[in-house]
Amino acid sequence: MTGPSEVNKGEPGGAARASPGLSRASSVRRMKRVPVNPAIQGRSYPPVDAYLVGREKVREFARAVFATNPIHFEVEAARAAGHADVVAPPTFPVVVQEATLAQLLGDEDAGIDFGRVVHGDQRFEYSRPVVAGDELTAHLTVTSVKSLGGNSMITASTVIDDATGEHVVTATSTLVVRGED
Amino acid sequence: MAATPALDSLTVGDEVASVRHLVTRDSLVRYAGASGDFNPIHYRDDVAEFVGLPGVLAHGMLTMGIASQAVVDWVGDPARVVDYQVRFTRPVVVDRQDGATLDVTAKVAVIEADAGRARIDIVASVDGKTVLGKAQAWVSLI
Repeated sequence: MTGPSEVNKGEPGGAARASPGLSRASSVRRMKRVPVNPAIQGRSYPPVDAYLVGREKVREFARAVFATNPIHFEVEAARAAGHADVVAPPTFPVVVQEATLAQLLGDEDAGIDFGRVVHGDQRFEYSRPVVAGDELTAHLTVTSVKSLGGNSMITASTVIDDATGEHVVTATSTLVVRGED
Repeated sequence: MAATPALDSLTVGDEVASVRHLVTRDSLVRYAGASGDFNPIHYRDDVAEFVGLPGVLAHGMLTMGIASQAVVDWVGDPARVVDYQVRFTRPVVVDRQDGATLDVTAKVAVIEADAGRARIDIVASVDGKTVLGKAQAWVSLI
C-alpha cells in the first residue's frame, strides 16, 4: 500500500464497496481497467452545497482529534482570543472537502477506480481560521495528474470560501491510484 | 492556555513538544462519527483482513489531526496554524486490545522573522517507526 489512509468516498452506505481490497478482489474478474484520464488535469467541479459550521460539530471534531485547547470548546475562550466563536481544529476542513472529493471520484469520465485509491498527502492552507457559524462553499480543481511507477497520482485542490466569497482555506489532497497488481 | 511563544525566542532545532497518545478502537469510532469517514477498514477486523491489511487501521486524517495538537498546544491558539501538511507514509495498525501508541515530537525547523512565522516539523511514530512524512506546520507568531 502506498499510504494508510483510505479516502472517504461519500455516502456511508458506499463505504464497504469503496474499500481497496474489496475492489481489488472484484477487479481480478475484470478484464480491462480504465486508466485515470489525464485530461482531467485542470478540470473544475461546481461548488457543493454550502456547509454551515456548527458549534457542536467543532467540539465533536476537536474531541475526536484529541484536542484540548479551550478555544475549540469554549466560546468565551475563543472570544477572548479575538475569534467570533469556537475555532475548528486545523484538519477540520476535510469534513467540507469530502463532498468535493466525492464529485471527483464519482466522475466516470475521470476513470478513478476508487477502490484502488489511497490517500498520499494532505495539506491545509489558511487565509483565516474556520469558526462556528461560518457558511462555507467548496469547489475542487484537479491541479495535476501524473503517472509514476505504474500508479497515477492525482492532486486536487478544494478552495473553501465563506459566505462573502472571501477565501478561508484551501484543502489539497494527493490521491494515489494503484496500477495493476 | 499557553501564552503565545515569541518568535525571537525561538531557535532552529528547539523541541517545542513531545507527547504520547494512546489511540484505541474507541478513538477510531469517535473519529469516524466526527469526520463522516465510515470506511470499515477503520473498525472491522474482518474487513481489514479480507482486504489484506495487517489489521484495523487508524484514519490517516486522524493521525494528522492528533499530530497537529502538539503544535496547537504549544502555540496557544489553533488559529495560529496557518498551513499544515503531511504525507501518509505508513499505516497505523490499532490493536483491538492494546490500541496503538502514537509518539509526537515537534521542532522548530525554519524561522521567517520578516513574515512573523515559523515552520514546525513534526515527527509522528508508532513503535519507533515514523508514520507521517513531511509533516510541517507553519505558525503565525505576529
